[in-house]
Amino acid sequence: MNKITKYIYSAAGPILSIIISLIFGAVLIALIGKNPIDIYTKMFSDTIGNSYGFGQVMFKSTTLIFTGLAAAFAFKAGLFNIGAEGQLTIGAFASAWVGITFVNFPWQIIIPLSLLAAFIGGAFWAGIAGYLKARFGSHEVINTIMLNFIAMALVSYIVNNIYLVPATIHTPEISPESVLLRFDILTGMFKGSPFNLSFPIAIGACILMYLIINKSVLGYRIRTYGFNPFAAEYAKMKSGRIILWSMAVSGGLAGLGGLNFVNGYKHYFELGLSENAGYIGIAVALIARNNPFAIIPVSIFFGILEYGGLTVNTLVPKEIVTIMQGIIILLIIAVTKIFEKKFKVKTV
Amino acid sequence: MQEILTAAFVLQTFRISIPYLLPSLGAVYSEKGGVVNIALEGMLLSGAFAAIIGIYYTGSVLTGIVCSLLAGIIVSILHGLITITFKANQIVSGIALNIFAFGITKFFCKLIFGSSSNSPRVIGLESWGLPFNPFLLICVLILIITVFAINRTKFGLRLKAVGQNPEAADSLGISVSKMRYMGVIISGALAGLGGAWLALDQHSFTDGMSAGRGYIALAAMIIGKWKPTGAALACLLFGLAESFTLQFQSSGVPTQFIQMLPYLLTIIVLAGFIGKATPPAADGIPYEKKD
Repeated sequence: MNKITKYIYSAAGPILSIIISLIFGAVLIALIGKNPIDIYTKMFSDTIGNSYGFGQVMFKSTTLIFTGLAAAFAFKAGLFNIGAEGQLTIGAFASAWVGITFVNFPWQIIIPLSLLAAFIGGAFWAGIAGYLKARFGSHEVINTIMLNFIAMALVSYIVNNIYLVPATIHTPEISPESVLLRFDILTGMFKGSPFNLSFPIAIGACILMYLIINKSVLGYRIRTYGFNPFAAEYAKMKSGRIILWSMAVSGGLAGLGGLNFVNGYKHYFELGLSENAGYIGIAVALIARNNPFAIIPVSIFFGILEYGGLTVNTLVPKEIVTIMQGIIILLIIAVTKIFEKKFKVKTV
Repeated sequence: MQEILTAAFVLQTFRISIPYLLPSLGAVYSEKGGVVNIALEGMLLSGAFAAIIGIYYTGSVLTGIVCSLLAGIIVSILHGLITITFKANQIVSGIALNIFAFGITKFFCKLIFGSSSNSPRVIGLESWGLPFNPFLLICVLILIITVFAINRTKFGLRLKAVGQNPEAADSLGISVSKMRYMGVIISGALAGLGGAWLALDQHSFTDGMSAGRGYIALAAMIIGKWKPTGAALACLLFGLAESFTLQFQSSGVPTQFIQMLPYLLTIIVLAGFIGKATPPAADGIPYEKKD
């Protein structure tokens, strides 16, 4: 089987799933007496049809690129990181802490410092699960879920007891120097939308993931381990280290996602800011087949869905989008399996 | 000490433990059969919503409970379809179903009640006190049945066989799919019932009201080492800890640390610090028949 056929089969599953979920959404819309075509048209014209809407879409996509990369990076090592939600929270808080604490630093120093804090925060949090897997063999799926809840509780405690602005659920503002500027200020485009400089950082992260996975020794080990852990052991690779590093980098990528909200949008840390982005990231990675560059358009698609839901909320409950997201994920994993069986193809 | 042992405190502990206990026992069935059930959260939530819908339209608590069972079962059949029939990844399916359940309950809440965040107040369970609280009695009964069913019946033996070694079970003529479906469906029914309790206790539906309880139930099952009594004890422990913080809010123990407790304990148990916690050997792995 040649490569092109393989790619066609790989793309067919996700596209089919998206189409079916759009049809399902249309049925729901029709059920409540609205015209699906009108709703979808509005959804798309209000998102990609004007520059404010497009800015909103890009803002939402930026976080999803990071969480999508996080899931994909772990998948490459055959690991399952469903803790992006918690890692993003810890990363966001770490970055906010830097911005609140080092008020006198110029942007040349505090921006890299914020990036580093967000990355290390997320990496540390995922690293706990990686360590536990490497050292005790405990399953990373359960541990990352548990760490999600621990992260929420921990951050809630710190915010409520140390950094709270009274009558809110957020911290004080970060220093102006640590702000990642919005594109509307920089270019005058996307007026009023929170689309900001986190996006180029996200693109940078995609390139970084590509380089690590495909061009570095660590990446070679990760791929080998992900493909066959026993072969990796046989080749004298230290599986414990591979697990720890894969989880840490994965968590770090999720942690960087916190920048988009904290440094790019609200300029403070707020409880509950992740808004399921960690879980949607898994869907993004699955559809993009863990390809760091495919993650960009897939994230934008999910961004359109998320913001599109808001634009039609007065006509159709915006949760229709959440339902469709769930269905897309279910269909993708089922359709992939059916394809593999029916056509005897191993998709890439 | 006397303050603690009041009937109100005991009742409150049970009140908090029940929505952990039911899905947790459900998880035992599902995982003994080899299917990881992260969708418990979504099943709880759907059960709670269905209960309110049932009561809202018929005015009968019993109808509400039946609806909640059905809702839990429907979600569980979806989980079974994706993971047992199509053999897709159980964890991803669970996450997707949770997202789906969160969306669909809010969607219909908005349609039916005009608000996506809560329903109006409906009749629920008036406090019947101890020891005649029917829900509590049902829970105890379910626990006893579960212990018996898992350990002493042909059904339990077969369920464990398909979770432990599906090839061997298959070669003995046990239908792996059928047993796994049964495990998953029972877990759906029990989680749905747990949702009914939440709804009846609160007399209304609020969005995302399961609030992570499905995950706590899963954690309790792990802490209980995949055994029904162990799971039940863990649920009771969590209920007790929460009840304690509610009672002594000024005691200085921050609620956030009590909230962390189940999750921290799970990590510690999984790491093997408190005895060995071994899941069924084929837990989480779809069974592909070899030709």
